[in-house]
Amino acid sequence: MAYFTMAKDTLANLFRKPATRMYPSVVREIFPATRGHIAMDITTCIFCGICQKKCPTGAIKVDRANKTWEIERLACIACASCSDACPKQSLSMENTYTGPVTILEKPKTREEVSGA
Amino acid sequence: MEKAEEKRHTIVPFGPQHPVLPEPLHFDFVLEDEKVVDVIPSIGYIHRGLEILVQKREFTEYVYVAERICGICSFIHGMGYCEAIEEIMKISVPERAKYLRLIWSELSRVHSHLLWLGLAADAFGFENLFMQAWRARELVLDIIEETTGGRVIFGACKIGGVRKDITDESLKTMVTVIDGMYKDVRTICDVFLNDSSVKERLCGIGILSREDAYSLGAVGPMLRASGVSYDTRKLGYGAFGDIDFDIVTETAGDCYARCAVRVHEIFQSFHIIKQAISKIPGGPISVKVTGAPNGEAMVRYEQPRGEVIYYVKANGTKFLTRFRARTPTFANIPAMIQALKGCDFADVANIVLTIDPCISCTER
Repeated sequence: MAYFTMAKDTLANLFRKPATRMYPSVVREIFPATRGHIAMDITTCIFCGICQKKCPTGAIKVDRANKTWEIERLACIACASCSDACPKQSLSMENTYTGPVTILEKPKTREEVSGA
Repeated sequence: MEKAEEKRHTIVPFGPQHPVLPEPLHFDFVLEDEKVVDVIPSIGYIHRGLEILVQKREFTEYVYVAERICGICSFIHGMGYCEAIEEIMKISVPERAKYLRLIWSELSRVHSHLLWLGLAADAFGFENLFMQAWRARELVLDIIEETTGGRVIFGACKIGGVRKDITDESLKTMVTVIDGMYKDVRTICDVFLNDSSVKERLCGIGILSREDAYSLGAVGPMLRASGVSYDTRKLGYGAFGDIDFDIVTETAGDCYARCAVRVHEIFQSFHIIKQAISKIPGGPISVKVTGAPNGEAMVRYEQPRGEVIYYVKANGTKFLTRFRARTPTFANIPAMIQALKGCDFADVANIVLTIDPCISCTER
């Protein structure tokens, strides 16, 4: 039975930096591969509807006639199967999470994006 | 006389909300003074009907559902489902994908065992040790997030292989991180194995004999702590055939033995991961899957909590007929009840925790 095994740690703990970060002034580094949220580049989308078919939760709605693309963020499980299947690479998986939403905004159509 | 004896029995309900378990599990303890004489378990609070959902989701999409059976053993659930489908469809997975699956499944074992060590420390009132164990676990979660994109839901498995490759640099970093963790985890684990106050809470508590463990169908660390040398990984599924490792066993069958098995398994997993990294071949990581499965398959894997069985039945369409997962906690409940009988009421929380209960898995 060894004695004073903790003494070294106790002394080191007096001078060691804390194991936790001082959030929000120090933010944890996000890995490039992290699945955060799906981002859409509506200007390149061809509204083929593959993402809608591939989505396991049915969170994506594509309207071919009106050329709109919608995602229900709360239903999305960030599995990235839509962005993997996208033939035009319009969909991409960003490594940040979506911020809090206070105003309900409709996603912009292609005309609105290119017109702006 | 008989009436007087009956009166001494007290029934104490335990759960579904209880500080020691974040998940809902209910027991009725029949007590005689402070001794537990009988236990009546009841489960079914969070049944989600995943086994019928399989008829409404395409078999390729069900991987995501299978992975979400549980938040700790998620990867092996997804992998087990994929390998069952691969067996039906006679798909041979590329060698590299097999190794990547092995690395991730062992990483999930390390993080699950470290999580358990933390919970166990919390249950016997060693708050500091709990934080230290979870701090070490965070390093493993970082490796997992860096390589797969998710902390607990990896989303890395698909039918026919894996979705993500690990670069050689990442593999090298993984070895460095694991080498650095040896010392850190050793210090934490030494407290679990050698500290006198921890031993006081664990030694000789909740003894499960070798015969009981075997006949009641215990699995995983619960079975190995009672002296039965049985590990499904030795069947050589995936890339385990090429990996050299010994089964960790203890003979005492008490809470301490179950803790020791998990501690030694962490280091064994480090050893397995390093072996796999040194042997990993190059090449593709997935094969294209066409058509729909027709037939049935049953596969067995070693989860951190023990042996898990997946049964899949397909009818040639995109929707499967049947999916069943027999999870390790479900198999361990009869053995846990045996271990609980005759213990002090104060030790109940410890014993319940040493089977590493995962109720989300059990109820699916």
